Amino acid sequence: MSTLERDPRDGMVQVLDEDGGVVGDVPDLSEEEFVAMYRHMKLARHFDERAVSLQRQGRMGTYPPLSGQEGAQVGSAMALAEDDWMIPSYREHGAAMVRGLSLEQTLLYWMGDERGSLVPEEANVFTPAVPIASQIPHATGMAWADKLQGDGETDTAFICYFGDGATSEGDFHEGLNFAGVFDTPTVFFCNNNQWAISVPRERQTNSETLAQKAVAYGFEGVQIDGMDPLAVYKATTEALEKARNPGEGERRPTLIEAVQYRFGAHTTADDPSVYREEDEVEKWKAKDPIPRLEEFLRNQGILDDERVAEVEESVREAVANAIDAAESTVRPDPGSMFDHVFAEQSPELRRQAEEFAQLREEYGDEAFLEE
Amino acid sequence: MSSQEQDQATQNLTLVQSVRDALATEMESDDDVLVMGEDVGKNGGVFRATEGLYDEFGEDRVIDTPLAESGIIGTAVGMAAMGLKPVPEIQFSGFMYPGFDQIVSHMARLRTRSRSRYTLPMVLRAPYGGGIRAPEHHSESKEAFYAHEAGLKVVMPSTPYDTKGLLISAIRDPDPVIFLEPKLIYRAFRGEVPEDDYEVPIGEATTRREGSDVSVFTYGAMTRPSLEAAEELAEEGIDAEVVDLRTVSPMDREAIVESFKKTGRACVVHEAPRTGGLAGEITATLQEEALLYQEAPIQRVTGYDVPYPLYALEDYYMPNAARVADGIKEAVDF
Repeated sequence: MSTLERDPRDGMVQVLDEDGGVVGDVPDLSEEEFVAMYRHMKLARHFDERAVSLQRQGRMGTYPPLSGQEGAQVGSAMALAEDDWMIPSYREHGAAMVRGLSLEQTLLYWMGDERGSLVPEEANVFTPAVPIASQIPHATGMAWADKLQGDGETDTAFICYFGDGATSEGDFHEGLNFAGVFDTPTVFFCNNNQWAISVPRERQTNSETLAQKAVAYGFEGVQIDGMDPLAVYKATTEALEKARNPGEGERRPTLIEAVQYRFGAHTTADDPSVYREEDEVEKWKAKDPIPRLEEFLRNQGILDDERVAEVEESVREAVANAIDAAESTVRPDPGSMFDHVFAEQSPELRRQAEEFAQLREEYGDEAFLEE
Repeated sequence: MSSQEQDQATQNLTLVQSVRDALATEMESDDDVLVMGEDVGKNGGVFRATEGLYDEFGEDRVIDTPLAESGIIGTAVGMAAMGLKPVPEIQFSGFMYPGFDQIVSHMARLRTRSRSRYTLPMVLRAPYGGGIRAPEHHSESKEAFYAHEAGLKVVMPSTPYDTKGLLISAIRDPDPVIFLEPKLIYRAFRGEVPEDDYEVPIGEATTRREGSDVSVFTYGAMTRPSLEAAEELAEEGIDAEVVDLRTVSPMDREAIVESFKKTGRACVVHEAPRTGGLAGEITATLQEEALLYQEAPIQRVTGYDVPYPLYALEDYYMPNAARVADGIKEAVDF
């Protein structure tokens, strides 16, 4: 039976248990792919730790940490085919990185530099959306456009990420409802990390699971262990495949609820100790996706101490280089704020840009900058 | 359609028919253009703005959507990012608010947010304004919201000819456009509209009546009472110039300033509430650009700062020719 055909209330799909033991069908990945998955997750974790540290040191602005969610982000992103699209929220730096967005760009974005938003042409990643759930209708529309452009056929799938809080928003309903009605090739991937800032999952909905909400829209929903990267990979692969090639009587969209935990704060501006107990955090840390995958790979003979050390070294180097590159990037040209409002500047915008240039000329940039 | 027989090149259309004509024209020539919204398909739109398009272009290009404004606008954002040119219709501008987040957070910002990797060649259409004895929430004129938002263009036509040309320009524009149609004059009169495609440029005002004593600045449905007032006052010896902005953002400041320099007096007319309305913006522009030409305080003839009243009182709320004439006289008699 397909992973997706389960009743969404039947409990989570798992491949690895909390200790990395195999409890389900292991997806067919090559040794290199397994190591790549491990490396991506280690990279995401190390990046995250360094990003939080940069913020604490005043070298970066507010930042939303992802630690704990590496299995969901990397496992799902690695399931995407080259032409597939990713529509992220603001916490999917790990997933975006797998799709080719550089760490340096992610750093630039959170350092307040608009150039961090420019996703390279070869990466099918939409720019991150901050207002909760607002990217969900976009994902439906993008997938719908692709289907319309292919006269009803498509070989491309679109994965959209959002959190548990997003499922309370109207845009969640509207986006999934449209997807159901128009049968768009969209995979809705809910990173249920248990907390919408300080409000627990139980305060978002009285539904037993988030996955079962798919029933209301007429397509499949599945709950998976989001801290088990192999379960994530497996379910996402099936959902993406169904989006591209539904079988007889199947509908293209899927709602995946990946059950997981955010180890840190919602953002660096938040103090989670106010609203949750340390025991809870410890309980979830026992499910940490990284040691889990590492244990599995060691048991398979794919990883050993030497290879782990190699990965750790390369990850440290990659993050250090990205930080160096981001911090040595010259500040954006102040006049560039007028550049991407319209394809062609309106006369008034041109006037304001000229006025701004004149002010800088007259008083120098020191007059604008905070001490 | 006797005029059509006499002259192959033009048709005599109402304003709402010219909306339909523009849509059909662009859908004919560009496969990427599609229409979506509530009741736009089989029903042809509650105001008949999409009448017959469903039969002509099929259900994949004239799409009846679920009843959900944020869903309509949000999915159109996604479609436009992928290169289609969706023209979503919101049935009444008073129902745009459930989609407001999509308009201001995404429609307006995606080009900036993606450093121009993604642009949104979409046009969000909605009938706006009062005067048709409609229920609550069906008569609002809230163009100032959208004009205030960087990244949006806001077009408000007043004639069938302009409507077709402006809507075609809007659909061809690489950036998102809010197209607010004056439903009061959807069917109030007809005008000659070329059968072929043509563009009326976005961002350019037009002078509907030349005059030397005072400038009336207006747009959309208020253009008609403004012209009516100007004609009435001509009999009293006041020669008013009437400038129809056609686009409220970007606003044709040059045309506004030039007209004011000629007359030295101004009366701004819109049906939107006064506080924070575009009359304030026009007045400020004249203060900045033409203070020394000013002969009298600039008058504002607008809707009041009250929730749009139920229709028993709407005639008292909406500016009409008499109120415009009063405003003009205030400017002239100073």
